[in-house]
Amino acid sequence: MNGIVASLTLEEFLNNLLQPSKGGSTDTIALIAFLLAALIHASLLLGLFGGLPVFYIWLERKVAGRIQDRLGPTRVGGSFGWLQTIADGIKLIQKEDLVPKEADGLVFRMSPYLATIASFAAFMVLPLSDGWVAVTSESGAFLIFALMSMEVLGIILAGYSSGSKWALFGAMREAAQMVSYEIPMAICALIPLMIAGSLNFQTIGRMQGGVFWNWFIFHDPFAFIAFFCYFITATASVKRAPFDLAEAESELVAGFHTEYSGFRWSIFFLAEYSSMFAVSAIAAILFLGGWNDGLGISDAVNTLRGQWMDAFYIQGFSLGTYLANLFGAAVLIFKGCALVFVQIWVRWTLPRLRIDQVMSTCLKYLVPISCGLFLMAVLWPLVLASTFQRPVLGGPALGEIREADRRVTAQPQPPRNSTIAAREEVAR
Amino acid sequence: MIEQLLFWIFATLACVGAIAVVATQNVVRMAFWLVISLGSVAALFFLLSADFLGAAQLLIYVGGTVVLLVFGVMLTASGPYVRIRTTPPEMLMGAAAGGLLLYVMISAISNVDWGELTASIPIESPAASTKAPDEAAQVTPSPRRMASVEWQKRGTVRPLGLGFVGLRSDRDAGQSGLAPGFFLPFEIVSIHLLVVLVGAAYLARAKRRVVPADSQGLP
Repeated sequence: MNGIVASLTLEEFLNNLLQPSKGGSTDTIALIAFLLAALIHASLLLGLFGGLPVFYIWLERKVAGRIQDRLGPTRVGGSFGWLQTIADGIKLIQKEDLVPKEADGLVFRMSPYLATIASFAAFMVLPLSDGWVAVTSESGAFLIFALMSMEVLGIILAGYSSGSKWALFGAMREAAQMVSYEIPMAICALIPLMIAGSLNFQTIGRMQGGVFWNWFIFHDPFAFIAFFCYFITATASVKRAPFDLAEAESELVAGFHTEYSGFRWSIFFLAEYSSMFAVSAIAAILFLGGWNDGLGISDAVNTLRGQWMDAFYIQGFSLGTYLANLFGAAVLIFKGCALVFVQIWVRWTLPRLRIDQVMSTCLKYLVPISCGLFLMAVLWPLVLASTFQRPVLGGPALGEIREADRRVTAQPQPPRNSTIAAREEVAR
Repeated sequence: MIEQLLFWIFATLACVGAIAVVATQNVVRMAFWLVISLGSVAALFFLLSADFLGAAQLLIYVGGTVVLLVFGVMLTASGPYVRIRTTPPEMLMGAAAGGLLLYVMISAISNVDWGELTASIPIESPAASTKAPDEAAQVTPSPRRMASVEWQKRGTVRPLGLGFVGLRSDRDAGQSGLAPGFFLPFEIVSIHLLVVLVGAAYLARAKRRVVPADSQGLP
């Protein structure tokens, strides 16, 4: 057993590193490579968390410009203004870090970090590909909703501790909105989870492999409607227009972040834009096939898994698995970006709702609709089973997939990609 | 080593947060410290590889209860920052209740025979590789040990869900028949909560009808 695969816990790994005489010098080199791989992947995840918002803010400006018959940023960094966000970021970091006299200093300073940490924590459970996830968890879907619900708390505390009426109003609206919108969001997310029979994102993604009619959005008519319901509530949960009442520039100056400036202000936006990607990626995994492209290319790429073992003279490192994971991650990020584009598009074309309209949209329409969809989705397999003797219309049923999965796992598995273990361990 | 270190960090944070909740007078700071304390407890659950319990802790307490608490404070506060000053009798009563709870918990913990329990759970010593639980299970394949090996491999969600409807993995296979599940208690509790919610909504509504000018544009 080589050092990379054997050292499954960081603790064990460090022990081995401190006692190199036991395994010889090659083991130590392998362990150092392991640490390096872990560091690279951890920083890649962090880079994704920081890099996507930079791209989205640029995209938002470009899209807004086009929708309003303007050009958007054109000059900074070449022809498309693609350095605009970075220039803004540098400007924001230089700004003075203000704390108002009326504010509650500790909570005021801490709440941007609370929102950002919650948003980043969601990235840790979010799988980018089949087997590429920082923290594997059997209850990943539940965990990610729990983590994302913490972001609201940062915003509410920020609004309350600012000592400003505008910020307080923004925070109150956000709290009222989030407490109500979490209910239909969770119920809509339950529908694909129920189809999959699992809270594990890996299982959910694997079940949607193959051609696009295996995606859960096409599983039954109720799941199809549930996707749109989920997307509306997800847009509300990341406080994007038309549900951006927490900041409502035309009414509340800037809402909950009125008193913030500089770096703390900018990490609020980091949290917001990366949460936009997180909810879109969750929607993509739950409804739109996750890292499967829906044309069958993913399956072709997946045959590479376990190929080209011992590439680059690293034992246990399979280049094929790595490439397949990279392809899956690219597909998922593309889907996430497409959904974020829809969010941006909606923001610049729909007017903002009033708070009472927001509340009645949720409580009078979305909650009953999602409850009805859930009930119908529960009854759907029963009706199908009694008429067609099959719980699903097309594709394999849940039990058949489980059997296939078991057969696959019964076969001798190729050694796990070292980087997965590395990323898991670093995140822990 | 690392897990020990993390345990001590989060255990300390949980205790510091809990003490700070009691010590501060500002309600919103209390909420902040409560987040620290409850989040650290959730982290301890994650360290015990009880993902579901940790996520439930985060969702219900941090994402739900604390948000509602702050929301309630924001809606009802008359001044900028609500302060709660405890009078000596209140402090005495709180200390008495807390002390009694501590006594009950300490006596309950000390009454458990931990030796037997730890013997039934595969120990993950720092040097043990992932093979160790399997080997340990092969030596003495007691159902409980098999169950705990299963939990370590696949997480706690499936056993929890099965136990919920009555297929409990914590019971030995020798005990035939279905164990009582947790469905009925769960339903009773949730109906209870629904009743409480309806009652709270009714009370809030009645108050607003008396003073119509009180509504500030928020439903």
